Amino acid sequence: MLNVGKIEEGFVLDHIKAGQSLSIYHHLQLDKMDHTVAIIKNAKSEKMGKKDILKVECNIEELNLDVLAVIDKNITVNVIKDGEIVSKKELTLPKEIKHIFKCKNPRCITSIEQELPHIFFLADEKEGVYRCRYCEEKFDKRRLVQ
Amino acid sequence: MITERGGILDKTRVRPIRHLMNPLDFTVDELEKLFDLAGDIEREPAKYAKVCEGKKLATCFYEPSTRTRLSFEAAMLNLGGEVLGFSEASSSSAAKGESVSDTIRVISCYADICAMRHPKEGAAYVAASKSLIPVINAGDGGHQHPTQTLTDLLTIRSLRGSLSGFTIGLCGDLKFGRTVHSLINALTRYSDVRFIFISPEELKVPDYITDMLDEKGIGYEEVISLEDVIDKLDILYMTRVQRERFFNEEDYVRLKDFYILTKDKLDKAKSDMMVLHPLPRVNEISVEIDDDPRAAYFKQAQYGVYVRMALILTLLGMEPV
Repeated sequence: MLNVGKIEEGFVLDHIKAGQSLSIYHHLQLDKMDHTVAIIKNAKSEKMGKKDILKVECNIEELNLDVLAVIDKNITVNVIKDGEIVSKKELTLPKEIKHIFKCKNPRCITSIEQELPHIFFLADEKEGVYRCRYCEEKFDKRRLVQ
Repeated sequence: MITERGGILDKTRVRPIRHLMNPLDFTVDELEKLFDLAGDIEREPAKYAKVCEGKKLATCFYEPSTRTRLSFEAAMLNLGGEVLGFSEASSSSAAKGESVSDTIRVISCYADICAMRHPKEGAAYVAASKSLIPVINAGDGGHQHPTQTLTDLLTIRSLRGSLSGFTIGLCGDLKFGRTVHSLINALTRYSDVRFIFISPEELKVPDYITDMLDEKGIGYEEVISLEDVIDKLDILYMTRVQRERFFNEEDYVRLKDFYILTKDKLDKAKSDMMVLHPLPRVNEISVEIDDDPRAAYFKQAQYGVYVRMALILTLLGMEPV
């Protein structure tokens, strides 16, 4: 059994589908930040069989977790302060996602104008459908697990 | 899509700028006002002949579209205004690598309103988000072409007297034809409109359209044969099968002549049925029916000018003196 130490302040993202942690690491843009991060893959889980866990040591105000709701609403977000879980953050679909996903539609204006921000808006809250702000092409969620 | 940018005022600093990106940007009430204005322009063109004196329309066409560009230019000239612009990307700064955002910022200094056609989807939205003048989307790739839809709606309303209570048959390429998709979307806002989709299996209307109709409880039929349903129609909207939509020439050749509206077929239609087509046609409407009173596609082109005149006046906030 692998042991990873406690964190003082930050988030523990639990119940991540096995194999998705690295993709989440990138979507949260943790690769561009200096936070201490532990990625635990294929941990044993009674509920899921296998799961991934991400531990991020950071100021809890600093990290925007909105995108998690788009990836998987079932991820548990434990908020840690002074080494203890102080709350569980509820995940809600953000109205807009900026600078995280790129529009892949080759006919979209963003395909030729590199400086434009890539923005997706929540077009259907019930179904969790996002569309590109420019070309309105539907965001393909299968890309999230790639 | 944005229609109004509350925070930024237009060049005269009097009112917020309004753009047209999507045919649904206008509410049904706003469309009624727009169409009433277009009707008044049709009846009394002289009243509007100088309303836009001193105003300039920029036609920024990054790809050639003679018909749309000329109808915008005719609209502005009919209002007494002037036009400037370019008709293909190679004759604009885009050829030097200038972005749409930069171009519209510059055009905002030269003109009072802009009509933009661009091969990329969302280009007009980018322009609108940076513009200090109203921007009209004159077609952005296969995405939106709102003034064509406004033209179709005005034609139906003017020739039938109402946008409610009829059966419309849409025939031809219902899969790739953006004008058809926009028109269906726009007509669902009116009551008692029934749709009959007439297309070969390969060019059927996309699922998202039929799903939307199912959700709204709007009736529709999907058929292959035009002859089987032509007698039920109050409006027949013909479309062209476009070569550029096909990956292989064989499929295009097989499907391009699938529907040709001939005099024989038209003989089975109601005496007051209206035939519409966004033009240009290739061979899907036989020239032998051009003089039939039911052929309304050239009138439709004329309504395209009236509706663009009304649109320019509305977006500029201009009224006849």
